[in-house]
Amino acid sequence: MFEIGLGHYLTLGAIIFTIGVVGIFLNRKNIIVILMSIELILLAVNINLVSFSIFINDLTGQIFTLFILTVAAAEAAIGLAIIVVYYRNSGTIRVEEIDRLKG
Amino acid sequence: MINLYFILPEIFISLSIMVLLIIGVFKNSSSKLIYTFSYLVVIISLAINVNISDNFSLFNNSYLIDDFSSFIKSIIFITAFFVMLCSYNYVKIGNFLKIEYPILILCSLLGMIVMVSSNDLIVFYIGLELQSLALYVLAAFNRDNLLSSESGLKYFVLSALSSGLLLYGCSLIYGFSNTTNFEEISRNFSFEYGVIFGMVFVLVGLAFKVSAVPFHMWAPDVYQGSPTSVTVLFAMLPKIAALTVIIKFLYGPFLNLFSEWQIIIIFLSIASMILGAVAAIGQKNLKRLIAYSSISHMGYALAGLTTGTNDGIQSTLIYLTIYLIMNLAFFSCLLMLKRDDIYYENVQDLSGLSKKHPILAFCFLIVLFSLAGIPPLAGFFAKFYVFMAVIKEEMFFLAIVGLLTTVIAAFYYLRIIKVIYFDQEKERFDTNFNFGVKFSLAFSTILILLYFINPNIINQFILSISVI
Repeated sequence: MFEIGLGHYLTLGAIIFTIGVVGIFLNRKNIIVILMSIELILLAVNINLVSFSIFINDLTGQIFTLFILTVAAAEAAIGLAIIVVYYRNSGTIRVEEIDRLKG
Repeated sequence: MINLYFILPEIFISLSIMVLLIIGVFKNSSSKLIYTFSYLVVIISLAINVNISDNFSLFNNSYLIDDFSSFIKSIIFITAFFVMLCSYNYVKIGNFLKIEYPILILCSLLGMIVMVSSNDLIVFYIGLELQSLALYVLAAFNRDNLLSSESGLKYFVLSALSSGLLLYGCSLIYGFSNTTNFEEISRNFSFEYGVIFGMVFVLVGLAFKVSAVPFHMWAPDVYQGSPTSVTVLFAMLPKIAALTVIIKFLYGPFLNLFSEWQIIIIFLSIASMILGAVAAIGQKNLKRLIAYSSISHMGYALAGLTTGTNDGIQSTLIYLTIYLIMNLAFFSCLLMLKRDDIYYENVQDLSGLSKKHPILAFCFLIVLFSLAGIPPLAGFFAKFYVFMAVIKEEMFFLAIVGLLTTVIAAFYYLRIIKVIYFDQEKERFDTNFNFGVKFSLAFSTILILLYFINPNIINQFILSISVI
């Protein structure tokens, strides 16, 4: 029978992580999508940590996950606040139009 | 019982953050009071920190107080004090003097000192995030300004991405060495490739924080867009903390992988030196220019870490300290370019400065010569120590590239001096500076000028530190 092992979980984590990173660089439309990609990256890390924690029988990984979840929530809150401030100043959150600073 | 005496600076800062928040909420128009109090908090933490001179590890060995971390903490406190001192006028005039401003600085300070003395991946990550979360808000602090909010947005996205990469690395390191403690990681490598992979990810995340090429793209935008008082902070504090963590990381758990990470650090160093020197040439905005200059300076600082010897680490620390002094001097000069409550920050605004402000122009001259590395100023010695350490390990290629880029970089520093001394003069700037900015300019310029008489005033603290 087919057995799900550590390798499968790690592959899943790696795939989600890649989707997150690629999502940040390929996305040309909306900053909210970038925020979601950042969340995806953090979730991939959590999958990694939890599966490691189960397979090596050590609780530290799950505690680390709890910390990451908390920090991710704070980060999303600050990120949204900055996006709101930016929107009030420029009237847009399209990624292509964030180019005032260059040189 | 855990001896909490050793983390008294951290406890003191976190308690005072809460107390200051309460004062700020209940007392009307208390922003000036809180700014003054936060000077006091920084000075008292410095005093407590200097008094702790012991090696100690706390919380199941996840928090380590030693000579190295206490020295870096002292430097962080001193730098934070001067950053707040020299930017007070700017903050007041720019209308950023709200209660949150000094409190956010203290929060990021707390994050940095936690990061510096962490000995465990979890503590390290929490410190790093505490620092970055406060810095995101600070970068976007001028919220009615488009450029400031844009720089906050860019910093947020790139920095969150870099912490994501760093975390992925942490998870791999944890999985393949079964522990998050720095000391135990080096003891049990079960699957070496996994750990190397994780280490590379963590290094990428940290290279973002010190803005080493190819992870530098946020630095020029953020430096230019955020308020100058925050740029001062960005140019100094996070660099110390991140560089210290790089040292702790590479020379702690991953010392046995020296041959693997040496190549990465050499690449980061050479790329930063070259890009920092070349890209700054065409810049017109002084803040943007200093961003590229700080990228190249980080390249030199990283060069000291490629050696794998204690001499190399000490040369990096000396470089870092002198870099901080030079940047403090540069930004104090920049914060003096004010006319009718408007601050000027372009190279052209300096035109003919020497005719009407000879002292300020002279300070600029000293700072820029020192940044370019011209003897006998402090900047020369900083580069000298690094290159000596590199040459001792017979890495001549790195040394030659470093020397060549110094020459290229000298061009844009000298161009500013030419603008100051030989161009058409413009209107006078204001001269009613407050004590803080004058004091920090005088202090840093005198240190740069007189360092060569007795290098031991700085070196004595660093030469006693041995990381490996």
